[in-house]
Amino acid sequence: MNQWEVVIGIETHAQLATVSKIFSGASTAFGAEPNTQACAVDLALPGVLPVLNRKAVECAIRFGLAIGAHVAPRSVFARKNYFYPDLPKGYQISQFELPVVQGGAITVQVGSGDKAYEKTITLTRAHLEEDAGKSLHEDFHGKSGIDLNRAGTPLLEIVTEPDMRSSDEAVAYARALHGLVRWIGICDGNMQEGSFRCDANVSVRRPGAPFGTRREIKNLNSFRFLKEAIDFEVQWQINEIEEGRAIQQATVLFDPDTGETRTMRTKEDAHDYRYFPDPDLLPLVISADWMERVRGELPELPGQKRERFMRDLGLSTYDAGTLTASQEIAAYFEATVAVAGQANAKPCANWVMVDLAARLNKEGKEIVESPVSAVQLGGLIQRIADNTISNNIAKKVFEALWNGEGATADEVIDKQGLKQITDTGAIEKLVDEVLAANAANVAEYKAGKEKAFNALVGQVMKAAKGKANPQQVNELLKAKLAG
Amino acid sequence: MINKSLKDLSQALAARQISSVELSALFLDRIERLNPEINAFVTVDREKTLAMARAADARIAAGTAGPLTGIPVAQKDIFCAEGWTTTCGSKMLANFVSPYDATVIRKMHAEAGLVSLGKTNMDEFAMGSSNETSYFGPVKNPWDRSRVPGGSSGGSAAAVAARLAPAATGTDTGGSIRQPAALCNLTGLKPTYGVVSRYGMIAFASSLDQGGPMAASAEDCALLLNTMAGFDERDSTSLERPTEDYARDLDKPLNGLRIGLPREFFGEGCDAAVMAAVQAAIKEYEKLGATCVEVSLPNSHLSVPAYYVIAPAEASSNLSRFDGVRYGYRAPEYGSLDDMYMKTRAQGFGAEVKRRILIGAYVLSHGYYDAYYLQAQRIRRLIANDFVEAFKSCDVIMGPTSPSIAFKLGEKAADPVQMYLSDIYTIAVNLAGLPGMSIPCGLAEELPVGLQLIGNYFDEARLLNVAHRFQQATDWHTRRPAAIA
Amino acid sequence: MSLTLEQVKRIAHLARIEVSDDEALTTQGHLNGIFQLIEQMQAVDTAGVEPMAHAQDLSQRLRDDAVTEADRRAAFQAVAPETEAGLYLVPKVIE
Repeated sequence: MNQWEVVIGIETHAQLATVSKIFSGASTAFGAEPNTQACAVDLALPGVLPVLNRKAVECAIRFGLAIGAHVAPRSVFARKNYFYPDLPKGYQISQFELPVVQGGAITVQVGSGDKAYEKTITLTRAHLEEDAGKSLHEDFHGKSGIDLNRAGTPLLEIVTEPDMRSSDEAVAYARALHGLVRWIGICDGNMQEGSFRCDANVSVRRPGAPFGTRREIKNLNSFRFLKEAIDFEVQWQINEIEEGRAIQQATVLFDPDTGETRTMRTKEDAHDYRYFPDPDLLPLVISADWMERVRGELPELPGQKRERFMRDLGLSTYDAGTLTASQEIAAYFEATVAVAGQANAKPCANWVMVDLAARLNKEGKEIVESPVSAVQLGGLIQRIADNTISNNIAKKVFEALWNGEGATADEVIDKQGLKQITDTGAIEKLVDEVLAANAANVAEYKAGKEKAFNALVGQVMKAAKGKANPQQVNELLKAKLAG
Repeated sequence: MINKSLKDLSQALAARQISSVELSALFLDRIERLNPEINAFVTVDREKTLAMARAADARIAAGTAGPLTGIPVAQKDIFCAEGWTTTCGSKMLANFVSPYDATVIRKMHAEAGLVSLGKTNMDEFAMGSSNETSYFGPVKNPWDRSRVPGGSSGGSAAAVAARLAPAATGTDTGGSIRQPAALCNLTGLKPTYGVVSRYGMIAFASSLDQGGPMAASAEDCALLLNTMAGFDERDSTSLERPTEDYARDLDKPLNGLRIGLPREFFGEGCDAAVMAAVQAAIKEYEKLGATCVEVSLPNSHLSVPAYYVIAPAEASSNLSRFDGVRYGYRAPEYGSLDDMYMKTRAQGFGAEVKRRILIGAYVLSHGYYDAYYLQAQRIRRLIANDFVEAFKSCDVIMGPTSPSIAFKLGEKAADPVQMYLSDIYTIAVNLAGLPGMSIPCGLAEELPVGLQLIGNYFDEARLLNVAHRFQQATDWHTRRPAAIA
Repeated sequence: MSLTLEQVKRIAHLARIEVSDDEALTTQGHLNGIFQLIEQMQAVDTAGVEPMAHAQDLSQRLRDDAVTEADRRAAFQAVAPETEAGLYLVPKVIE
């Protein structure tokens, strides 16, 4: 595989968070009875006309600004002409020559731990268009049923340059984009309901050689399918070429059951879409004022937050990246730090990324569903910082909070008497008892057996029910044994 | 009664000399008697009409009537009207009962209280200049039933000329109001693009289509336009302008009016008898205090070629929705999905419509777009600019509406190009989006001749004023076909 | 220029209009006549001329994002050739 380079570009259809359709006043709510949300305009009755939804345009502006793209002051809607039963007008209203968003880039983190690296994916464009309806293939006496509720739903089609070099990079990009569109509130990101769908353009080449012929995998609606589909397609293309067959440009479908891709349409029977400016819609003009207003309403973006976490909280690139993967994680982390204090940002990061993440994972919960609130976790971390409890005890307290055995870390520490013993006198008493009761270990230690020392520490901690300050225990033991 | 102007009918209704029900019945009876020979109407629904008339009489009684409440009119069958079969002259929609009202229909019915007598015949999807492409058969010109009424609003023109209706609506994409008005001795107005809503008006060429009134006089057109025009939020190309009274300037004197005479409209290609009537009309205007200046529209000879790229391109896309899936005709027998599309559209559309769809698909197809569609759009700009130049030295442009009087049925049917050339004087106005009118200005071989008036953007009121003063001084517009009693 | 019979058949398929060979032949004749008329455009130098797509030089008006349309499925499907369970039926769609 190393003598082949994989080249991937991704087109994403993000359904925009509007209540009405892009060119009509019909509802976009999901799951309604067939054709009950298809109005005269969506059905393309004779004589009906489209009028553009302001909110859809505003979503496109938000996205353009969020990825540092050029938001076109003037863009044009065009008709893409082809016949299909889920396309009522016989054309799709889209943008062709002059899209609303041009250029831009998204920096993503690929892989995890020390294998993690950053990569910047360049975007070609993002344009507004209308979704089509659905063809239902379950049998109606050998016919298909057409539901046009989805027809006219606003979409932002987001197109990248062929910048990705592995399915991991493709997935990292898709995840980052998914996080971003939700972060800026333009798409609910619900992949089961088709609100976020990816098409992957895949080709392979010898490093340095010109791009190979690409095949487009359509409608991948989960990150897992995206990875599986690309991996299968790459292997298939390599086999084809190595067996002396040329790749034909084609559109293919991924079958999650077989894990295979299958050709849907080849270049030969490709359409001639006859794009031309839609005479029913005038050029879309976006004023500088409008753009500035939207810019003012944007939240702090993932990239900006990441930089701030590194700069102000001294987090590593990896930690900062992980904690800004979604707005929910970032919000939880910031709320935790707010309670625990900036000085404890690093332990906060560890607790959120490691302990909390693992526990959530175990229960299959999202961070927003965490039984332990950010405020509770912050309070717990404070107690570690001020030596009220040790890290080990803290894990106990965390578990107690998770199980609702207390409203705050302090309450749990109190109720369960977990407060650390730091009174030297008290610890010294325990140490003396242990030394007296374990002459054997003492002898071994004096004979130079380091292990024996740990055994003695363990004994003291046991006697202290784990609450003795470990450092003090060490110091006192050493002192007494030396004496 | 049947020859009265809208103003007189309005007064008669207000004075209770006649009720809307009686008036409507009077015209319904004429339609029943005369329509079989003329074929101006494709749909008449006595009950619906009389119900509207009763509602109008109630409004009159209640004192909530508008100026035209209770007056019956004919609607071109291109306007969707809820509960009415709306065919657009095509087999494709022969069975289509519209579930909604076009904005124009809603305004005329709900707001103005006008009564619809029925839906008038037209060239299929408004593609034609003779009304011979209608699936429901050709319309006969009331002046000579062996001749065409013009098109595409031929049914509306014949209906008003034969006094089957006091007035009618039409639509104009390349001359479809003005040319039939000229051939049937009517006054017809195509407003500035965007003045009348296109919502519910079945699209032929979206960037050119515009609805307007067809009636016996400029005054009637002004009153009818008042009920049709106005901003519509359902049409993105509808213009947001304050509502105006298009009759406000009707009586203004014409002293000092500068009439532009485009050199290109007074050369070759126009019948001598038509030209003579037009020249005489211009002399008449000079008597009314107007002065003539020669202007030039150097690119007007390119309007027909550019139009026959732009209009078919838009039409080929607009007519893709007629696929036999959601409404309209579906072929009785078919195999695959594609076969259903191909047979449905092959059987549902007539020859001229198919021709234009193919031209449109071709000029937009890969490799031809720049040479045809884009070039046509650039020429469209040149043509529009010519008018801007011309209007620097004149207030209104005049010339013939049609190069000939009404031609014989079948005379040009076999030769599309000959048919297309009957719109040489009207098409440029649509390309530029300007308002244009045709008014009766004489007879040649006992058949009507139309004078075309072209105004600057939003100059409808002035055009109507210029037309009205002429009609005060002449009686051409009062002539009726001898055969119609 | 003039269209070949093949081109006529290709665009007829693009437009989903079935044409018999005879029809294709007559159509070819008509279209070539019309294109002779259209070809006059090619003589004109339009370099630098901005294409005119609309009759007015205005920008798109925008609608507020509000649901204004109620369910009228029954009325709309009353004019449909074939429906079942609220769906429009068509010959099997093969993907």
